[in-house]
Amino acid sequence: MSGSPKISQSRLAYVVGDVNCSAESEDLADYAVDGMRPAAVAKPVSEEEAAELVRYAVAEKLAVIPRGAGTKVAMGIPPRQYDLAIDVSRMNGLVAYDPGDLTVSVKAGMRLRDLQAILAPHRQQLPLAVSFASSATVGGTLASGVDSPLRQLYGTAKDFVLGMEFITGEGVITKSGGRVVKNVTGYDLHKLLIGSMGTLGIITRVNFKTFPMPAEQRGFVASFSSLTRALTMLRRIAESPLALDTLEIVDARLAKIISRDMPAGSERFFPAEWTLLAGFSGRGEVLERYARDLTRFAEEGRADACHVLEESERAIVWARLSEAMSLLLEASPAVTIVKIATVPSESGKILENLREIAERHALPTAMLVRAAGVIYFALLPATNDALCIEHSARACREMFEGAECGKYHAVIQWCPLQLKSRLNIWGSVNQDFALMQKVKSVFDPHGVFSPGRFVGGL
Amino acid sequence: MRALLSMQTALHRELEKLLGAENVLTQSEELRLYEYDGSVEHAHPDCIVFPGGRDDVVRVMEFANDHGVPLVGRGAGTGLSGGALAREGGIVVVFSRMNRILEIDAENQRAVVQPGVVNWDVSQAAKSCGLHFAPDPSSQRACTIGGNILENAGGPHTLAYGVTANHVLGLELVLPDGSVARIGGKAAETPGYDLTSLLVGSEGTLALVTEATLRLLRLPEAIATLLAVFDAVDDATRTVADITARGITPAACEMLDGWTLRAVEEWIHAGYPMDSAAVLLLEVDGLREAVGPHADEIAEVCFANHAREVRRARDEAERNLLWKGRKNAFGAVGRLSPTYYVQDGVIPRSKLPETLRRIAEIGREMGFEIGNIFHAGDGNLHPIILFDGRDPLQFQRAVATADKIIEHCVAVGGAITGEHGVGMEKDRLMPLLFNNADLALMTGMRDAFNPRHLLNPGKIFPSGKGCGEIHVRPLPSTAAKNA
Repeated sequence: MSGSPKISQSRLAYVVGDVNCSAESEDLADYAVDGMRPAAVAKPVSEEEAAELVRYAVAEKLAVIPRGAGTKVAMGIPPRQYDLAIDVSRMNGLVAYDPGDLTVSVKAGMRLRDLQAILAPHRQQLPLAVSFASSATVGGTLASGVDSPLRQLYGTAKDFVLGMEFITGEGVITKSGGRVVKNVTGYDLHKLLIGSMGTLGIITRVNFKTFPMPAEQRGFVASFSSLTRALTMLRRIAESPLALDTLEIVDARLAKIISRDMPAGSERFFPAEWTLLAGFSGRGEVLERYARDLTRFAEEGRADACHVLEESERAIVWARLSEAMSLLLEASPAVTIVKIATVPSESGKILENLREIAERHALPTAMLVRAAGVIYFALLPATNDALCIEHSARACREMFEGAECGKYHAVIQWCPLQLKSRLNIWGSVNQDFALMQKVKSVFDPHGVFSPGRFVGGL
Repeated sequence: MRALLSMQTALHRELEKLLGAENVLTQSEELRLYEYDGSVEHAHPDCIVFPGGRDDVVRVMEFANDHGVPLVGRGAGTGLSGGALAREGGIVVVFSRMNRILEIDAENQRAVVQPGVVNWDVSQAAKSCGLHFAPDPSSQRACTIGGNILENAGGPHTLAYGVTANHVLGLELVLPDGSVARIGGKAAETPGYDLTSLLVGSEGTLALVTEATLRLLRLPEAIATLLAVFDAVDDATRTVADITARGITPAACEMLDGWTLRAVEEWIHAGYPMDSAAVLLLEVDGLREAVGPHADEIAEVCFANHAREVRRARDEAERNLLWKGRKNAFGAVGRLSPTYYVQDGVIPRSKLPETLRRIAEIGREMGFEIGNIFHAGDGNLHPIILFDGRDPLQFQRAVATADKIIEHCVAVGGAITGEHGVGMEKDRLMPLLFNNADLALMTGMRDAFNPRHLLNPGKIFPSGKGCGEIHVRPLPSTAAKNA
């Protein structure tokens, strides 16, 4: 598919300038998706340029994959066709920031880290503590639909994205939503782009609601020798008036992975098989109340150990916790990360079930449970040989069987390429698929964007 | 379309056969009750049906398709933009019989309900588990979940907890072709496009909702309610801007200007000082240890902006009284004028002081008394324009006045509706915010779901028809309207 003769580099150069496009194979290697290289890459600096590129792609029947920093481009089904990478990293400016209104508008190619740096002097933040934080762009973070430990208090991106501008599959600059914190004018089409894996459009600008930085932050960790006890404490907290900004459980292997490069002594936070991590904020008596109640819950729940983490310790542990996905991906030569969405009451059964599956196939695993109802389950085989891939494939199939019984929703977020040809990584489609096809046909009638990469081959 | 639809008796009989005669209204005096909602709009339906469940809704949808008849869903009819009115005639599907709470799942903090359940009843049912449904439109004792979802309703406490969209996890839909689909669900998320986010706030133009899965929140441990009294409107609006800028997020931050608070006080006796220029009703909630200092911090900002007095409700009764004044404000206004027009523009909060000044100016220019009672904390205005509904010219002038206010909202970076919806009231204003390309994608989505435009036709998108079509409500409005 690469080396498509259909692409005219001079045409790309006409739109974005010579230096901002390339068909050289060494440049294109960086833009490979699941081993497939595009025929060319173009880096528009404006939405007008991006729109023109899309119109060109439509006319020439080229397939486009929008690209930010490329940190999550390995998610998704291998593309059916891939001719042109549209790299939005040059579209990275601040459009408007009104600290007094707690709203900000940025171009989608801005790195998340740079956006946080703009907000920080005003003691504001965007509650997206996602993995790949140092390089991930705003657009890529939203398009991939990834979540973060702050989901517990702030929800997911759709809860604080106020509006977007994007390029449709017809190469038209379009917007929905707005820049104010409350708005019901028109359909919220922009929310469809969140988690759409680049199959609906190119996000070019995002308007966010920002949030005050908490006065002071603390962490709390409690270690348990049994999962049941850890989950019981999770439920106890959920039924209490405590409003935590983070509430997660990690297993011993993930604890080991995230604490690997921490300062000496940090391993004392993770002495047992399961560790509950709770983040809270406020000041004075409020912090004392959280620490007191959480310690009491841990003691009554027969935790092996528990600690309140002062700000410096919390910052270290939480930074690593936020990077759980990137750290897991480095933890084995053939990592598979399954994301399971469920209701909290099912977590225990599902986790036991997943553990049994992994044991049956002799696969080392790591687990992360977000109290909001999301479980990340990583298979970490020691090698990437055919046998390990086979074991992973079987384990995933069994996991999908559970999903098909309606117990939970499962998708494979990350896995070795060899696995993608053997498994339907998004799981089988549901009866809502016909509506998703309608959505796709409205945004991208010619199928120009990321063909075949999403659910059901959308 | 209209001519076709002085719906023939034969069609009425057929509907009666489908749903039972007791669930179909066809007499013109019965239909008249459904000509209005909470807005100033008006449209005459040809038939009212009361489905008993999803299968009934499917039958009605199929019927509408077979006969090419328009069809509109309706909850309690408290909407403020004509969303539930049969603009092009046809069938109004009233969900009052589908009013069961199917499940309160306390452990997972979910409720599964039918669309005709009253908003207030969800929170009441969840209360014994220490939970509630956060969106609280002022009409919450009457309005229904189906309407809340399709209009993406707000309310005072959405400042801290978010609007309806933030609290809906899944829906069962009946699509315009009569098919049934389930989207989202109880789980934290489902694979694929976030269809639930598309449907919430779609104003009944994409599908009808026959079941909803809602998120429930834990009731706060402690609440403090403050009434801050000001001698100048500017001081009150600056207080709101300062509270926001300082990063304090109250659970609610409502403002009543002098004119409105006097109207309210005369009726409700909530304790708002009659001689003040504005009051702010502020609420903070959370942990016991947090609420006190939080309230003190807010009081400090009020005093720094020359509040004459800041009063803290001492008990539940006093708190309820303060809120009673706010929630019944539109009823109080209704006592003063039989007809009034409530706008719903949104502005960035930092623009509150200049916007309130501009509204007063517009009122003077246009010769109207304009009251203001609104969700100050999120910049969602509700200017109330009093006019004499018997005088069509005055009505036209009231609409022109409201348009000037909306134009100002848009000019300072705001939006034309914060929670009431576009409906048939603001469709002609959509081009203020969206260009043809934006609108084309939205109508493209509408057409993909609703290709024959039989479901809730003539809403949201500009039709090219002028506002001359808007009718004046002939009867005095008595019921309290939501806001």
